[in-house]
Order: sequence, then C-alpha cells, then structure tokens
Amino acid sequence: MKVEEILEKKKGEKLFLLGNEAAVRGALEAGVSFASTYPGTPSSEIGNVLAKIAKKAGVYFEFSVNEKVALEVSAAAAASGLRSFVFMKHVGLNVAADAFMSTAYTGVRAGMIILSADDPSMHSSQNEQDNRLMAQLAGVPVLEPSSPQEVKDFMKYGIEISEQFEIPILMRTTTRISHMRAVVQLDDIKIEKKKGFFKKEEKRFNIAPSFARKLRQSLVEKHRKIEKLANTSPVNCIINQRDGKIGVITSGAAYNYVTDTVNDYSLKVNILKLGLSYPFPGALVKKFIDHNEKIMVIEEVEPFIEKEVLALLGQEGLIKTVYGKLDGTLPRIYEYHPDIILEALLKVLNLSLPKERELRFDIIPPLRPPVLCPGCPHRSTIYAIKKAVRSLKIKDENIIYSNDIGCYTLAMQPPYHMADYCICMGSSIGIASGMAKATKQKIVSLIGDSTFFHAGIPPLINAVHQRAGIMVVILDNRITAMTGGQPNPSIAIDGWGEETPAVSIEELAKATGAGYVAVINPGNLKKAIETFKEGLQHQGVSVIISRSPCIMLKSKEKRPVFQINQEKCTCCQVCLKQFNCPAIFKKEDGSIYINQLLCTGCGICVQVCPQKAIEVKR
Amino acid sequence: MNSKKCYKIYLIGVGGQGTVKTATIIGEAAMAQGLNVVMSEVHGMAQRGGTVVTEVKIGEAVSPLIEKNAADLVLAFEPSELLRMLNRIGKDTMVIASRFIIIPFTVSLGISEYPDKVEMFDKFKQKIRYLYLIDAEKLAKKAGHVITTNIVILGAALAISQFPVRKEAIIESIRKNVPPHTVDINVEALDLGYKQFISTHTVKN
Repeated sequence: MKVEEILEKKKGEKLFLLGNEAAVRGALEAGVSFASTYPGTPSSEIGNVLAKIAKKAGVYFEFSVNEKVALEVSAAAAASGLRSFVFMKHVGLNVAADAFMSTAYTGVRAGMIILSADDPSMHSSQNEQDNRLMAQLAGVPVLEPSSPQEVKDFMKYGIEISEQFEIPILMRTTTRISHMRAVVQLDDIKIEKKKGFFKKEEKRFNIAPSFARKLRQSLVEKHRKIEKLANTSPVNCIINQRDGKIGVITSGAAYNYVTDTVNDYSLKVNILKLGLSYPFPGALVKKFIDHNEKIMVIEEVEPFIEKEVLALLGQEGLIKTVYGKLDGTLPRIYEYHPDIILEALLKVLNLSLPKERELRFDIIPPLRPPVLCPGCPHRSTIYAIKKAVRSLKIKDENIIYSNDIGCYTLAMQPPYHMADYCICMGSSIGIASGMAKATKQKIVSLIGDSTFFHAGIPPLINAVHQRAGIMVVILDNRITAMTGGQPNPSIAIDGWGEETPAVSIEELAKATGAGYVAVINPGNLKKAIETFKEGLQHQGVSVIISRSPCIMLKSKEKRPVFQINQEKCTCCQVCLKQFNCPAIFKKEDGSIYINQLLCTGCGICVQVCPQKAIEVKR
Repeated sequence: MNSKKCYKIYLIGVGGQGTVKTATIIGEAAMAQGLNVVMSEVHGMAQRGGTVVTEVKIGEAVSPLIEKNAADLVLAFEPSELLRMLNRIGKDTMVIASRFIIIPFTVSLGISEYPDKVEMFDKFKQKIRYLYLIDAEKLAKKAGHVITTNIVILGAALAISQFPVRKEAIIESIRKNVPPHTVDINVEALDLGYKQFISTHTVKN
C-alpha cells in the first residue's frame, strides 16, 4: 500500500491499515484540520503518515518540540474553532500533563482528540502506565477502540462528543491496537476549515483561581451529561449468548481475545464491550450485572473498570462475585494474550480442556537484543568517551553515565555499559546535576539532539546556575532517530517537509553560560577523544556536541566497502570487543571478517584497528 | 483446539530481514482476495537487529495473536529464532525455516552462544512433524539479490495446499509493496521458493 492511498481512497473502499494509519484516516473523515505530536512508539506512525499527506489534505501538521507544546498548540486550535488532533505515547502525556489538566477545565470549541498510545508489557517504554487513570484525574472522557476500524470510527465519534460537550476526549490505544493491521472500510473525507478565529472569552481561557472555580463546577456538570450518553452510546454494547450466566465486561485489545476465545470454544458467556469507558456508564453496567450470575472484568493494565464495577455494587447494595485483577483471576501486570484469557475463562466457568503437550527442547537461542546500526555515529561517540575516560585513568566505578531516551540508550549494552541512570526524556542532565552535588564522582550526561530540545534545556540552565561539574555530550544526529526519523529543530525542515529556521544547539549551550562548549565530528576519533578529555577535566559544566547525521539518512549509493586484511590481522578483537560494530564477525576458525551486506562504509573501524588491518575493498 | 475457520501464520526473523514486509504482502493479498485478515507487527526498539515477530490470521478472527500450539504455518527467516516460539507449534503445524544462520553480536562478544548447527537441525527434524528446511539465501542470490530471502520462503509457503491466498494475489501484492525496480527479482525469488518446495517435498494433506 502507498501512504497516499490513506488520503486518496474513496468511501466504500477498503484498506489494510495499521491502527495508527487508521487514526489518520479517521482524523481526515472527522474534519480535523490541525494536528500535532512529539513522536514516540507506539504512536509514531501517525505522525509519519501525516508528514507525508497532511499538506495535500489541507491539514496543518507539526512535530512539536515536546508533548506539552503539542497539546498546547492543538488546544489553541480547538479553542479557535479548528478540529484538532494531538497524539503521543503514554509517557508523553506526563510531559503534557500540566496543559492536559487545565485544558479539561477550559474545554474546547471545536472537537479535540488527544490520543495516548499506551504500551502494556513495555515493548518500547520505561513503564506501563494506564492513561485511563490520567484521563480520570483530568476529568476527560475516554474512548477505547479495539481494532483499526474502531480507531478510525471513534475518531469521528470522539470529535462529535468533544464538540457537543465542549471537552477534549482521550483516545486510549495500546500497542496491540496501534500496531495491529486489519481491513478497514472507509468513509468520506471532509476537511472543513483551514483557519479559525479566536473569540475572546476571558473567564474561560484564563484559568485564574476565581474563574477556575466556576470551570471546575462546569466540568462536573459536563460529566453527568456524558455519563448519560455513555449509558446509551452505540460504542457500549451488550453481546448476549444463549444460556449465558457469566457476564464479561471488557474493552480495548482484551475484547478481541475474549471474542475469539468465546467463539473458538463456544463458551456460554455474555459480553459487555465498553468503547466509552469513562465517565463510567453505571446504568448500563447495572443492567448487565442484574442479568448475570457472576461478573468478570477483562481489561489491560489497571483494574480501572473493575473498581468502578465494585463501587457500583456497593452503591446498589448488591452482592455478586467480581473476577478480575484484584482477586487474582487475571494477572495484575503486562499485556494479555488469548492464552491468558482462555485459562481465566475456563477457571471461572469451572471447565477444563485436555492438556496438549508443548514442544520443548533443551537448546537455548542466542541473545539477540537490539543494537546500534552498523555505521551509527553514536558508536564512535561512545567509543571515544570510553577511550578518553580510560586515558585519564578514571576507574569505572568513579564515573557515572547518566543516559537519556533515544538510540544512544543502547550504549547500556555490553561492551559499553554506559547507562547507569536513565529514567525519562531529558533526565540525563537533571540527574547529572544532582549526582554532581550528591557525590564526588565524575558525571557524564548523554543526550540526543531531539531529546535536548524536548526537555534538556531547563536542566542544563539549572546545572550551570547551580555550578554542577558535569560533562554533557549532545549526540546530534540531525534527526529523531529511534522513532523512525522525524525532523526536529536542529535541522531546517519542518513536519511538512518545508524549509524553516533551524535552532543552533551550540548557541543555546553558550547562552546558558556553560564554561566549555565544543562541536566535534565523531568520525574523527582522535580529535573526539582529545575533546572529551578536555571536557572531562573542565571544572564546571562542559557541553560537547558530537555531530554526525544518522546513518539511515545517508545515501546508500557509492559507499565504500571495507574488508580485513587477514595477513595483518592479529585477532586482537579490538574492533569486535571494544568498538563492537555488528557488521564485524568472528568466524568459527577464530578469524575476523566484515559482513559486506551489513557494512555501511563509515570506515571508523579503520581508525580503531591497532594493526591497520582494515582496508577499502573498492 | 485449532478451528479451521481461520488460518494462522507466525513469522519470525531478525530485524532487517523483511519479516513485517512479508506479512503485509500476505495480508494485502488476502484482503484483495476478499478474505478477512488481521495482523500484528513489531515496531520501535525491537527493530534494531533484534528478533521480529509478526502474526497473521486469515479468516474468522478479531485478534491477530496466535494461541498456544495453534499456528498453522510458521515461517522462520533465521533457524535459531524457531527456538523462541516452540510453544506455538502444534502437532499439525507446518514449519518452513531458512537454513541460513545469522550470528548476533552477543556471540562475537562471548556473552552468548549460537547453538551447535548440526544438533539444532537434528532436533528440529526429530521433533517437528512437518518441517521444511530451505536454502533460501542461495535461492535468493540466484534470483538476483540476497535481500529476497524472505520472498523465497513465502514462495515455498505458497506451495502448501492449505495456504489460503492464491499465487496471483501474492504477486500483485508484491508489486505494490516492493520498490518498482526490484519487482522482477522478487517475483523470481517467489517462484524459486515455490518450485523448490514442489520438487523436494511430499506435501502434507
């Protein structure tokens, strides 16, 4: 499929869409004319698609500097009468939380969808927070689609509710929905407005305490109304089986596992699927509960619906067993799987199946963790830092590597082990500041260009102002790489592919007052090592910008190919065990060779080899 | 239980081998043929040279995730990767695996070992009832480029009588999903895989 088809296909046609691609089509069908994001897995493909088609569709789109700004620009658009769509990974909503909480109070004029792509099981994240709880904290309604078709349809439905009640809507997807591909039936696209007009309404968009008190009241009133809607909403539906005595309340990806299991095994189970799970549709759930002898709640990550069900039973004075996470029927952590659901359903139904033997044998597969690409400039940077540290005779235990979120987080792996502390976007510098004050150890902070813009600037200002002695290395590969290569302010291109002013990292660093600022090309290892030595010896804050474009951005044409001269090679394995390029291998006979298919021709290994045994093949 | 209303394909490989691409080709072809299809992909951190898994269900299913022992077909683009998903293989599962091994950096570093090849393949032959090992890399080179290894394996899968998607639909889908100048070598790779299977395998039915 070509990405353009998401825009070009007509009503009635079908596409095999990823949940994230369906979100884009849904936004176009819902008349969204303003979109913003900061990329993050599992939400990134939404932005990648919009970057390619938004301009043609007449939709404004930007890769904002971080999620908070992304939410603010979309909130401004919705306040100005443009339907807007902001999307991010689940932890992005933490960054945006301040703006999120207040936007719930001000509300919106045109519809606004905030999509949070949660990551149960933490496939590519640091935690598995359930953002339905964030929505509850803010008082924002929650939609939980179960398929790409629903992602698309709920975008439209969400915009309608948002506009009707003048409140933003949180669409909660999970990895298995964002990255699920399925057949999607399309509807008409309509983009209505290109420019809005902001009509002043001070008591609403300025949440000074006196105004906020009124807004708080109005938010609660909106809730009562939306709860009524949730009780009759078409996205909240009961699927009854004949003779069903057990009622399962479910949502999101879990609904799919329940449905397939119930169908495959012809289980007598009634299902209540909640697509609009918050505000909690109490009356509908009460009706469902009355109809069933036992209740089971099957949802992913937190017992969000389950606790609401228990509260409802208490309020109604009903006594009924509720099976779910809280009583241990279902696992408390990680994503579900059809196998887990089958086991739990059989347990509650008091059924058992003949055990099929599992295939198992005693051979262990090799470890295959993700790794920095061959030719990745980050490898040269971290290799050079290690060399500088060694030549200054700093012991490993006396140097702390405060790492950050990006491809360079992979420096955590052997042989480098350069991620002693890494918690969230921008944290490398804040943590480094604290370590510098709390210990006498040397501190190195590793942060990427995009992450520096996102959340690295305030802590750098803090480090300078608090006189923290740290070396900050900004690994500037001119792109937001880990999420698939989105532009960021370090380059003169915006989300639409248009020219725009770039923002200079070195000028920003100098403006903070850091005493030592240098820019290096990590491709020159000797110079890089010298510069890192100077940075490490500097007394205050040193900032070293290690600049070289991501290897994925470089043209594949005319790359040289390198090989190892077996006569010169002494098998010292420096290239393998210290530099660790994945294109370099050891054969069974112990000789070292370069896999020509993987080699990207960066040639850094030539500088690494002490025997000068690596040479250009052509 | 493995209901016959649905054909379940488990694809496993190493980042860069085209595991997701192969599944997408199958999925779009199934849709074009009028079948229902759902698929699960891996993105992000898992991609950088790590294990990549995609699961495809064709027919009556709303979830793409394959249950224990329930795969109808397994396509392994790297043989040792099979060791990670043995519990999806049931007594009727057809397994097609490349013979070509890819050694991860952890082995070069000495922090992990690649299994003894002879022992590994022997175990596969002993324990997996319907196993087809293929020199996919050699055939891919014959087709024009080693990058088509995944398509050689897809070609072999097409030769299985239960495979629900027709060859013509797959070829059409390849056209839409690979760079235009590589269509011919990909179609050639598909054909080589298909013929290899037909000529050397007594098809299970």
